[in-house]
This record gives sequence, C-alpha cells and structure tokens, in this order.
Amino acid sequence: MTPPDVAAADAGAKADAPQLEILSGNEAIARGAWEAGVRFASAYPGTPSTEIMEALAKYDDVYAEWAPNEKVAVEAATGAALAGARALSTMKHVGLNVAADPFFSSSMIHMAGGLVIVSADDPAMHSSQDEQDNRNYAKFAKMPMIEPADADEALRFVKTAYEVSERFGTAVLYRTTTRTSHAQGVARLGERVTPAGPLLQIQRDPSQQLMMPHNAIPRHAAVEQRLLELAEYAETTELNRIEMGDTRVGIVASGAAYCSAKEAFPQASFLKVGMSWPLPKRLIAGFRAQVDKLYVVEELDPFLEENIRLQGVQVDGGKDILPLCGEFNPGLVARLLSEAGVPGVDEGLLVDVPDAVADLPDRPPTLCPGCSHRGVFVALRRLRAFVSGDIGCYSLAALPPFEAMHCSTCMGAGISMAHGMSKVMDENADRKNRPVAIIGDSTFFHTGISSLLDVAYNKSNVVTIILDNRTTAMTGGQENPGMGKTLQGQDAPLVDIPALVRALGITRVREIDPFDVAQCQAVLKEEIAADEPSVVIATYPCVLQYRINGDAYTVDADLCTGCKVCLRAGCTALSLCKNKDGEPRVEIDPVSCTGCGVCAQLCRYEAIVAPVTDDGKDA
Amino acid sequence: MTERPTFNILISGVGGQGVVLASYVLSRVALAEGYDVKQSEVHGMAQRGGCVTSHLRFGDRVYSSLITPGTVDVLLSFESVEAMRYVHWLKPGGLLVYNAARVNPSTVSSGACEYPEGIEERIVAAWPNVRAVDASALAAQAGTVKAANVVMLGAMASALPFTPEMLESVIRRSVPPKTLDVNLEAFRLGREVGAVPA
Repeated sequence: MTPPDVAAADAGAKADAPQLEILSGNEAIARGAWEAGVRFASAYPGTPSTEIMEALAKYDDVYAEWAPNEKVAVEAATGAALAGARALSTMKHVGLNVAADPFFSSSMIHMAGGLVIVSADDPAMHSSQDEQDNRNYAKFAKMPMIEPADADEALRFVKTAYEVSERFGTAVLYRTTTRTSHAQGVARLGERVTPAGPLLQIQRDPSQQLMMPHNAIPRHAAVEQRLLELAEYAETTELNRIEMGDTRVGIVASGAAYCSAKEAFPQASFLKVGMSWPLPKRLIAGFRAQVDKLYVVEELDPFLEENIRLQGVQVDGGKDILPLCGEFNPGLVARLLSEAGVPGVDEGLLVDVPDAVADLPDRPPTLCPGCSHRGVFVALRRLRAFVSGDIGCYSLAALPPFEAMHCSTCMGAGISMAHGMSKVMDENADRKNRPVAIIGDSTFFHTGISSLLDVAYNKSNVVTIILDNRTTAMTGGQENPGMGKTLQGQDAPLVDIPALVRALGITRVREIDPFDVAQCQAVLKEEIAADEPSVVIATYPCVLQYRINGDAYTVDADLCTGCKVCLRAGCTALSLCKNKDGEPRVEIDPVSCTGCGVCAQLCRYEAIVAPVTDDGKDA
Repeated sequence: MTERPTFNILISGVGGQGVVLASYVLSRVALAEGYDVKQSEVHGMAQRGGCVTSHLRFGDRVYSSLITPGTVDVLLSFESVEAMRYVHWLKPGGLLVYNAARVNPSTVSSGACEYPEGIEERIVAAWPNVRAVDASALAAQAGTVKAANVVMLGAMASALPFTPEMLESVIRRSVPPKTLDVNLEAFRLGREVGAVPA
C-alpha cells in the first residue's frame, strides 16, 4: 500500500493528484460502493455499521433503504444482484446472525451483478451484546472475505470486492471492526463507474439460481471448486502484500490489528492480509521462509493462526501471547509481544501508566431528559414486574435507578422468551409474577412481530409493552416503517401498530400516555392481572430525534424536603444541592429539562412546579 | 523534509458537548497542514449522557487510530471529572486543557454517587501542566454556551504545531454560517486564555 500522498493536499498540488478527504471507514465504504457503480443497497441499522447506509443514501444515483431486518436486507440485495445490478447490504456483526440464511445462499447461487455484504464487528463490545468474530462466517459459508484496515483501504477494497464477486460468481463478505468503521483517515477519492441503467428483464437460469436438491448438489461441487480458484487468486491479489523489514520478526495481521502491530514493531516484516479467506498458502509459506519467527496478531478468535497452522506452517506466537477478548491498541501489542521476547519494539510505547483515579463517579449512558420511556419504567419498577427486555435505548432501564429489566439477549427475543417463561409457569402462580415483555417500535418491526404471533397463536399469558418512539433511537435516529418516511426521504405508508397487533390475534390492546405515570401503572396492573395475551402500546416521539424541548420545571426550595424520591426518575436534569442552611434540596437544570413532568409526579410535596405559560396557566 | 513525530490529542467529554465537532476541526487542520491523520471515536450510545472520547493522531505516517495510554501530547477535556478520568493518559510534560465545568453523571443525578469535592484542586495536584478554562462562561460571553467547544480549541491553539490562522479558517468552514461570528469570537476568547502561561 502506498500511503495517501498527504502532501498533495497542499496548495499547488499537481492537477492530476487524487482528491484527498478525511472519511470514516463507514463513509469510505459508502464512497467506494458508489464509485464501484452500486445501484441498490439495503440494510438494518446497527452500531458500528449504521453510517455506511446513511452516507450512501446521500448519493442521488443510488437506491438505498432501511429494511425491517438484516435477513430481508440481504435477500433484497441478493435479488438486485441476481437481476444484474451491483448491490450492497450492511449490518453489525450480530445482524449477520439474523441474515445467516440468505447469507449462506448468496454463496451458492449465481448472480449477474456483484454482491458485497458488510459485517461490522465490535471487539470490546462498545455497543453490542457479544463480540463474536464474523471472520468465521466466511469459512462457514465458503465465501471470500476482504478486510480493510483503514479508511483509504475501506474505499479501495470495496471496488476490488465487486470485481471478485463478479469474477468468481459469489457474494463477498466485507468485514470491518469498530476501529475501522468509526476511525477516520485520509482517503483517495476516485470516479464512479457508470452502471448500466434500469434493467428491462431478468435473465433466467434456474439451474444456478433455484436451490432445490437437483440444482444444489452440483452447485455445492462448484462452490468447492471456486474456493480453490479463490485461493489461487489470493496468492497474487494486491489485497495481500508483503512488507519486508527486519527478517528476525515476521508478523501476519489484518484490519485494525495490523495498524496496532505496525506501530508497535515498525521495523518488522509484515504479511498484511487484506483478503483473509481463503488464505494464500504459497504466499504464507514463502513469507515464513524469509523470517526467523512468525507471529500472528489478530483480535478475537485465532482465525488466521489456526488456518495458517492447518497449512503446516510453524507459528511462533499468537493467542498464547495476545488476548482472545477485547480490542488491541499499539501499546498493548508492544508490551505483550516484547514481554514474550519479540525484538524491535517501539520503546516509546512501553510506558508506565499510573492507575486511573478510582473514586470518580461512573458516567454510563442513560435515558435522555424527556425520554418517553421513563414513565413506563417508573411504573414497572413500582409493580416489581419481571421484565423480559430487548435491544434498544430502553435497555438502559436495566441500570440503576430503574433496574426494571431482568433479561435481554437479541433483537425480538424479549417477547418470545417471555412466551417460553409463561408456558412453564404454574397457572395458579400469582399473576404479579407474570412475565412482561418490552420492545421498541423498530425492534418490533425487526423481529418482534413474529414473536408476538407466537404469543397470540399459542396463547401464552404474556403482557407485551411496545414503546413506540417513532424512530430507531439507539443507533442515532434512523427511519423505520412506523415513521411514514424512508431513508432517502420519500413518503411511505405508516404502520398502524394497534391494528397490526389485533390482526395477529391479540384482542386485549391498550394504549397509554407514557408521561402519565399513574395511568401507566394502573393499566399495566390491570393487564398483568388479566388472563389472556395483552399488548400495551406507549406512543410518544423520541425527544432527541424530534428535538422536543418544552419549558423547564422548577423546584420550590421551601416545599422540597430533600427526600430524593424524584431522583428515582433517573433524569440527569435533576441533581442534589444544598440550601442556605446546608440541607439537601433538589434542583433542576433549566437547559437540559424538557418539561416532561415525570419527576413532578413522583414528588409527594408538590415541590416540583410546572412551567407557567404566557396566559398565566400551568403548561 | 525532516520527520515529524506523531502528535496525539485525546478529547474527553460528555455526549452532546461538541467533542465530535472539535475533532472534526482539528483533523481537517492537520490534513491541510500536510499531515497523515487518523481519528477514532465510538458513537452509538454517546448521545445519552455517557462519556465520549475522541483520539486524534497526526504525523508523517499514522497507522493506528488509537492512542496508547501514557503518550498523549494534549488532553482536551470538556468537563472536570472527564479531565480527571483521563489525566493519566498524558505523557510526561503533556498539557491538559480543560473546561472547568460540571455536568452531572446519571449516577450523581440518581443520588447513587456524589460529584467529587475540590475536583479542580485535585486536577492541579495530579497534573501541574494544566490550563483550566471557564469555557462555558466565555462561550456565553461570545453569544452562546454551545460554543464552549470552540473556546476550548482556542485555548489549546498555542500548544499545537498549527498556525492559528489555519485553525480559524477551518472553523470558518466547519460551523453553520449564521453562527460564524459567535464561533470566531469564542475562538478569539479561547486564544486569549490559552496565551496566558498556566
């Protein structure tokens, strides 16, 4: 890799110098897809992948959409590619679990257009429930995999990925991690390859596109043959490169781990792997022959290490030195490898760092001031219900002071897990111990609908709360089918959630005002006591996404007793202060308070006062 | 050209304080000055009141987007506790520039923890090479509290290998046009504070 010629950004740069821009890895993938002539893109939001589709949607000659879930997104992209257009689907690592079925198929069928499927993994679980290593999916699905290390590679390698996809007739897994997707770097921009216009017909080839045993049996053999051809391609592609340096140390690495290793051992020899499945057997063996010791530096699973060892190549260090969990940085790689006797470390990275200050208050993420979920969780905590949770901002209610969520696994599972719990509970058990499922609007559309269908069809005694805040909030406010708008700003039909729930077979459907704590508590109490499946829908738009900001409440310091009950609203607009006599009192930050009024409903002394409107009445 | 060592800036703050804009400006200045640049932050849950950090690195050739603890040249913190939380990331002789502002974490709002007493004295004791800036007040003086991040850019400017003019020209390009005058005034007020030896 030639590094981007940053000097060319200076005034007076040569006229033919490439245009340089600082892009995040995600923006670079979008740019590369656009340059590659992609016409169709479908995704479901998920950190750290979301910004790829948001950036791609801004190019006006690409169709880009949010699908209800990742399975649908990959199927839609597969259809577009089968029809002959270059197509893209993007997701976070766990999204590929949802999409695993069509993902495997996209390795089996022949597509006229290229298909690239991006999996953005999250080592260190910055915003995820696990840190699975999706490189394993490439081997499992017998699919080529390409891994960029930084923004410049993220842009360029996408274009190569489409060439590989079309040349070998398979989807390509394009794997990033948080520190590639969310890291910014200097990228060289290129021109767009103009794709063919809209298609007039779809080429028919059932033998390669209709996967029933009669066709799939010969296709499997073809896929195995293709892997051999891809391994041959991997020997010479520019995606893999050798950087010879000090021959005492050879390091094999890919992605963000390469960046850490390169800084930790700047003089070492490197085999920088850009195409990490299938692996180039002769290239690896040749590199091994040129160095005294071979180390594999990779985050998470020993994917490269195990597969290199399987080729009979001696590896002198890998996961026996480096951790299986979390992400790397240059200092970590420098310290662990040099302690293991690897020479040539950058001594400047071996610094003794004092311990972090221990007694500082944690600052975990929390429900925003004015969040429409707050009142519902205050009610659930009071009812001491068992809450089967799901993936979204409302997961934050698992933390103090709410602690009103008791299990959570994957998207859509809150309802179906509550269904399973309900079926194994004694039917005479106290109704208040009945499981309550909670899910957001976007997650309900994602995989919650089919779970609720199980509740309705198989009649389990589950109360399902749908927190409809009219957006996909946790990932930053993406459009969904409940908003009436698409990713690219088109009007769309708005899903009628109560009607949909009834159509599934639920007859008890209640709607509540999420800011009315007493009503939330009363309705939930009634529904928990009922003897049939029930759905409670709390609708109010996301305060952040819709920029909702009312006048702030205030505290009457003469009425406030400092009892701290209002602090159980878990709102950062509230804090304790001291009055002139040194007694504790609550105060409200007028800038962050949006006037939702939940805290005022908790106060037993009427000390939290609603703002007064211009006509002199309470707001 | 002599080799320019990699310069590491760590920015810490609270979601919503403008950490992202500050790193946007600094990275574009570095590119305009002919450096290779890498910058890393984690977003997704940051807007919900959690801590936010941004790693910014520039030099002749930068590979990793992550700074190694103990190698930070300048720590720019938008809140007092968030300054204290990352002060050990500074290299010997590194500079801490922080906004002497208090933003309650949810753990304090809920009454589970107390905001530390005497945090400013503790910061000075931990790291004598420090510039404490009342960025919120200076931003308000410039026209809006929201410009505190630009005050902070001004306050750190003299510690950077950039010309203030280049920083100002990138700020001009990076802020909404109708907030330009306020932001330029915020930058100027920050530079005045930053010019005074700590």
